[in-house]
Amino acid sequence: MEGALYAGLEFFAGYPITPSTEIAEHLSRRLPERGGKFIQMEDEIASMCAIIGASLTGHKVLTATSGPGFSLKQEALGYAIMAEIPCVIVNVQRGGPSTGIPTHIAQGDVNQARWGTHGDHAIIALTASNHQDVFAMTVEAFNMAETFRTPVILLFDEVVGHMRERLLLPEPGQIPLVDRLKTSVREGVDYHPYLPREDGRLPMADFGGVHRYNVTGLYHDMWGFPSDNPKVVHGLIRHLVDKIENHVEQITRYKSFYLDDARTVLVSYGAAARTALHVVEGQRKRGQKYGLLELQTLWPFPAEVVADTCAGAERVVVVEMNMGQVCREVQRVVNDPGKVFLANRIDGVLVTPTDIRQTLRLIAGQGV
Amino acid sequence: MGRTRLVFSGSGGQGVITAAIVLAEAAVLHEGLIAVQTQAYGAAARGSATRADVIISDSPINYPMVVQPNIVVCLTQESYNLYAPIIRPGGLLLTDPRYVHTERKVDAVQREVAMHAAVMEKIGATVVYNICMLGTLLGLNPLVRVESILSVLEARMPKRFLEMNREALLLGQSLVAS
Amino acid sequence: MAVKDYLRERFFPHMWCPGCGHGTVLNGLIRAVEKLGMSKNEIVMVSGIGCSSRISGYVDFHTLHTLHGRALAFATGIKLSKPELNVIVPMGDGDALAIGGNHFIHAARRNIAMTALVMNNRIYGMTGGQYSPLSGYGTVATTAPFSNIDQGFDVVKLASAAGATFVARTTVYHVHEVSDLIQQAVLHDGFSVVEVLSQCPTYFGRHNRLGGPVEMLQWFKDQTTRIGSKAAAENPELIQRGIFVQEDRPEYCTEYDKVIDKAMAAVKG
Repeated sequence: MEGALYAGLEFFAGYPITPSTEIAEHLSRRLPERGGKFIQMEDEIASMCAIIGASLTGHKVLTATSGPGFSLKQEALGYAIMAEIPCVIVNVQRGGPSTGIPTHIAQGDVNQARWGTHGDHAIIALTASNHQDVFAMTVEAFNMAETFRTPVILLFDEVVGHMRERLLLPEPGQIPLVDRLKTSVREGVDYHPYLPREDGRLPMADFGGVHRYNVTGLYHDMWGFPSDNPKVVHGLIRHLVDKIENHVEQITRYKSFYLDDARTVLVSYGAAARTALHVVEGQRKRGQKYGLLELQTLWPFPAEVVADTCAGAERVVVVEMNMGQVCREVQRVVNDPGKVFLANRIDGVLVTPTDIRQTLRLIAGQGV
Repeated sequence: MGRTRLVFSGSGGQGVITAAIVLAEAAVLHEGLIAVQTQAYGAAARGSATRADVIISDSPINYPMVVQPNIVVCLTQESYNLYAPIIRPGGLLLTDPRYVHTERKVDAVQREVAMHAAVMEKIGATVVYNICMLGTLLGLNPLVRVESILSVLEARMPKRFLEMNREALLLGQSLVAS
Repeated sequence: MAVKDYLRERFFPHMWCPGCGHGTVLNGLIRAVEKLGMSKNEIVMVSGIGCSSRISGYVDFHTLHTLHGRALAFATGIKLSKPELNVIVPMGDGDALAIGGNHFIHAARRNIAMTALVMNNRIYGMTGGQYSPLSGYGTVATTAPFSNIDQGFDVVKLASAAGATFVARTTVYHVHEVSDLIQQAVLHDGFSVVEVLSQCPTYFGRHNRLGGPVEMLQWFKDQTTRIGSKAAAENPELIQRGIFVQEDRPEYCTEYDKVIDKAMAAVKG
């Protein structure tokens, strides 16, 4: 979680849950060392609410959890979307539903991250497959949360969460940081907290500052006051969705491996992408034209990148640790959904190179 | 050096996960190598079966788990029964006769070293059993330098425990010095 | 400043029913803040969901209208991240003690300096008159048509047991007490709870045949008395008003500052 500190984290609220407890333990020590605040709240819901409160006073905030806790946080997550409060939520995924399989890997919360809270909305969710990228994506998450005034979900998995490997800490200033866009409206002049600028961005005023305004989870007008005026309601939901969906390109992060002439494209993310890359490199050694598209932005779904990458491929194999949550998205966006296959594993064990090769043999009609 | 895949197995409380972490850190921080360490996790209880994997390599490691290890360390009968058969031909299987009765031959170098007995006799504290095991392992296969392990230990633990760990490391090594 | 300066007139008329007691709480609250002479910029009001929670929209402070039951959790984030702010959390009885009961006892346990204002009208008003954890045994509600068999909480006892270091109770009939107790609660350096009995003639009054707002206010006058009064000794059935708990205990944000000092000292070695 050094990435969060690098990004300027000042406030963390959490509740113990495997496999994300290590984050809380680490930050309970590291945050006060730099004058930041850590609090262990009475439950998952309260932790999510507390970080929203702390964000409103002008701080960069984080909470971390796993499946059951992520479920509990959904209502407050929707609040942060509606009230446009920047915050970052880490979900170190484990097998579900329910208590599921706490100490084993899964990637089953991809769609929950997208649609977990009720109502139409847009969301940003990022992931990573190694510690260096976890660091980078965490910094990105804080930057995007501030840029778009929205919660950003970091969807990690148990293997990446519990694994140990080298991490080179960038120097301060090496990765650009986005600070909060604060209003330039002076004291005594009307400040409209929910009137977006021309570019769609919404400058904020800290609670405790000179501008007093209302924040609510209800549909609201430019003053932040509740409204059921159809025009206001329509305008707000469009704004909440458009500010993210219209910036897919700006939000999309991915990595390409051997894609230039690839006839078989593997699409993967998180720990599963490590196995996928292992297979791709093995096939390349045998002269087979395999490539890997590793997605780091899962939501908004990078439809264009996926469609373009897969356009020339004979077959596309999505490698993930669920029953095809990203596979369905890939099928939705490519020119020929019939060439998209799923190589998955759903038993709490990281998908192995053998699993992927078996699927490839099946696709090729070579049997198991 | 290519790639070495290790599996440390035993029961909770023996310190196999710590040993794996120390080895991986030594390789990364003090030998300029690439290493990945993972573990099979259960509820955090003493006495349950544990397994920690380490891959040490001079090139990037993608798939982080060990399927076929070059080196297997088994510190319980149960883990021996489970993991001895998956060793690569020509690998190294290290066990302690205090815990493991070896029953079959595998196509690997099999070493039974009385590490527990030595630790009890020379140091008298089981907490450094895992470090003694590391010493023995390095005596059999110098994956990293002893100094690298010591540097990691120095950074990880309070000074008052350091000497005992050093002793255990060297003791382990001496058990297999020819 | 005039009372009107504390209101957002833009957002009036308010949405409370005629005869509702919540307006009186707003009145008492504003007079308290006026007497305290605080800048509006240093006051944050955090509320949840329900009739009572709408109070935050009408006052010209920093206001956060949150989720049902969660106001104290949001408020904890605000207070801990910026301890110099005065945080006031008005809640209804269902909001504070049913869905928000866990946050209520834990905020009290931490003794974090903020003021919880429980506007107790013994009913869920916004959803149309269901029984709340403060309705009490034998009352009638839309979800208790045969009379309620749920026992009620005693807010004062609950808050005291949970660790609140300032606990008081009054009613909207005693509007000067409302203002005075809120003033003292806001000044208190720790978690303070003020329970204000408020009337809901629309649902609680009507279902329980208690008459209109006037009769309900009369009931507050007749059925309550000051702590330790002669009337209280003579009639233990009377509900007591006043300050039940007022004590000094380490305040959470102050204690956290010490954690920061320790952590920083440890880094320096």
